[in-house]
Amino acid sequence: MLAPTMRPIDTVASAMRALTAHAARTWLTLAAMAFATAAVVVLSALGEGARHYVLDEFTQLGTHLLIIMPGRNETTGGAPPLLGETPRDLTLEDALALRRSRYVAQVAPIAVGAAEVSAGSLSREVTILGSTAAYIDIRRLAMTAGRFLPPGDPERGAPVAVIGQTLAEALFGSASPIGRRIRIGDRRFRVIGLLAAGGVSLGSNLADVAIIPVASAQALFDNPGLFRVLVQAGGRESLDAAAAAVRAIIRERHEGEDDVTVITQDALLGTFDRILGALTLAVAGIAAISLTVAGVLIMNVMLVSVSQRTAEVGLLKALGARQRDVLALFLAEALLLAAAGTALGLALAYVGIWLFNVRFPAFQLVVPIWAPLAAALVSVGAGLVFGLLPARRAARLDPMRALVGR
Amino acid sequence: MIVLRGIRRSFQVGDQVVHALRDVELTLTDGDYAAVMGPSGSGKSTLLNILGLLDRPDAGSYTLDGTETTTLPEERRARLRRERIGFVFQAFHLIARLTAAENVELPLMLAGQPIRERRRRVAAALETMGLTPRANHRPDQLSGGQRQRVAIARATVTEPRLILADEPTGNLDRASGEDVIAALEALNAQGLTLVVVTHDQALGARARRRIRMDDGAIVT
Repeated sequence: MLAPTMRPIDTVASAMRALTAHAARTWLTLAAMAFATAAVVVLSALGEGARHYVLDEFTQLGTHLLIIMPGRNETTGGAPPLLGETPRDLTLEDALALRRSRYVAQVAPIAVGAAEVSAGSLSREVTILGSTAAYIDIRRLAMTAGRFLPPGDPERGAPVAVIGQTLAEALFGSASPIGRRIRIGDRRFRVIGLLAAGGVSLGSNLADVAIIPVASAQALFDNPGLFRVLVQAGGRESLDAAAAAVRAIIRERHEGEDDVTVITQDALLGTFDRILGALTLAVAGIAAISLTVAGVLIMNVMLVSVSQRTAEVGLLKALGARQRDVLALFLAEALLLAAAGTALGLALAYVGIWLFNVRFPAFQLVVPIWAPLAAALVSVGAGLVFGLLPARRAARLDPMRALVGR
Repeated sequence: MIVLRGIRRSFQVGDQVVHALRDVELTLTDGDYAAVMGPSGSGKSTLLNILGLLDRPDAGSYTLDGTETTTLPEERRARLRRERIGFVFQAFHLIARLTAAENVELPLMLAGQPIRERRRRVAAALETMGLTPRANHRPDQLSGGQRQRVAIARATVTEPRLILADEPTGNLDRASGEDVIAALEALNAQGLTLVVVTHDQALGARARRRIRMDDGAIVT
C-alpha cells in the first residue's frame, strides 16, 4: 500500500529544481525581492541612525540639564499674548539667584551675540558666547591648551577669552594663541584658552566661537538680557524639583509673572525620540510597499510559469497528483523565491550598512531589531498571498486539457 | 476488470455540441490486450481519457475492479490513477529539466514513498527497459525510442494493473516503435491489462482484441 501524500521535502526539492531550471527569471525575481527587502532594512536603519544621532547629541549637551529661556512659550493653548507685550529680560541676577535652590548644582548664564574678532590684520566674524566658569562643566567641554574662564564674581567681566580651533587657526595660523591679544568688537581681550575640537552640538559649531565672561558680553553687546540659562540639577531624580524651583525663583523675581520657559533635557529628548521613531516607521512603511510590488512580480512570474508548464501539471495529475500536491508545489516555488530574496536582501542590507558605517563613522546606521523581522514577514507573506492565485490556477487545471497544452 | 456501461461524453465546440462518445459499452478483463482504432475524431482519445480517469463521462457507469468511479471525488480518482493506472503518451511528456531516473521517480514521489524504496524501484524499472546506462541523462540527451521507454518505466514503476497508451509509436521511427511495442507487450505478458490507441493497422493487428470506433461509438 502506497503512503497517501507527497512528502514536504520532496515538494521543496521539486520546487527548487523548477526554479533553478529557469535561472535568469529566478535571479531577476530574487533581485527585485532582495532590493525591496534591503530598502526596508536600510531605510529603517537610516531613521534609527538619525534617532541615535540626535539622542547622542543631547547627551553630549550634558546630563540632568535644564534649559531656561526668556519668554513664556505657551504650548498648552490659551489666549495668545497681547499685542506689543514683550517678555521681561532674563538677567544675570536671575541666573545667579537660581543657585539658592538646593536642587540646583550649577548654573551657567549664556549671552550670545555676533562680533568681529581681530588679531593684527586678520579678522573673522564669529559667534560670541558670554558665560561663566560653570559652562565648561555643564557642557562637558575639554581644553586643548590654556584654561577656561576663571571662576570668580560673574558680575565682573575680565577681558579674557577662550577661543575655538577654527577661529584660532584663522587668526594665528599654527602658532599658539595662548596669551595673545585680540579685539572683539571695540574691546581688547587676552586669549587664555583653546577649546578642544569635536564640540559640534545641535548646529552650533564650538570650533568657531569666542567665549568671554558673561558680564563682558553684556557690556559688549549693551544688552542685559540673557539668551538662556543652563542649569545642572543635582541628579536625575531632582530634575523635576529643580525645574519647579527655577520657576518659583523666577516668578518671585518677576513679580509673580511666569515669563520663562523651562525645558528639561528629558522632555526634549522624548519629543525627538517620538518624532524620529514615527518617521522611521513611516519610511519603513513606504519601503514595505516596494516589497508588495516585488510580491506582485512573484505572482507575475508564477503565472507565466504555470502557463508554460500546463502540460507538466497535466502529467502530474495523470500520475496521480492531487490538487493539493500541485498547489503545494507552486506555492513552494513562490515561497522559496520570497524567502531566498529576503535572505539575499538582508545580506545586501547588512553589508551595505556595514560599509556605510566604516566609511562614515560620524553618522552610524543602526538597524532596529524589528526591521529585518518585519521585512521577512512581509515578503514571505507577499510570497504566500501572491503565490496562491497562480498555484490555485495550476491546481485546478483540468488534467486532460492540460496534457494537450490547452 | 473494467466495465463501461452506457458511457456518454459530449463537448461544446463553438456553438456546436460534439458527441465524442455515444452509449459506449465495454468490458475488459485483467490481462486483456486491446487496440482502440478508428479515424480521427472517432472518440478514441476520449475513451482513453475516461478509462484513465482523466475525464468524467456525462452519463453512464465505469467500474474499475468493482469500484464505481464516476461518482468518486477527485481526490479518490487521483489515488486510483496513482495506484492502478500507468499512462504512456504519444508526446512522451517527460519533464525536460529532470533526468530519466527522476522522471521515472515522479509517481513514487507523488505517492510519498521513502527515498530508499524509490531508488530501488526506479533502478529496477530502468533495468527492465534496458535504460540503466541512461539513468542520469536528461530527455534531450535521449533518442525518441529511449524517451518512450523512460515513459513506460515511469508508467510501470508503481506496479499498476492497467497501462493506457495513446499512440505510443506515433512520434517514433519503425525500429524504435518495434522496441516500444515489444516492451508494452512484455508487460501484458506479465498480466497487466494493456489498452493501446493507434492509427497503425499493423500495430492494431497484434492486439488480441481490436476495438473499432466511429463517430463516438464502438462498431466492432
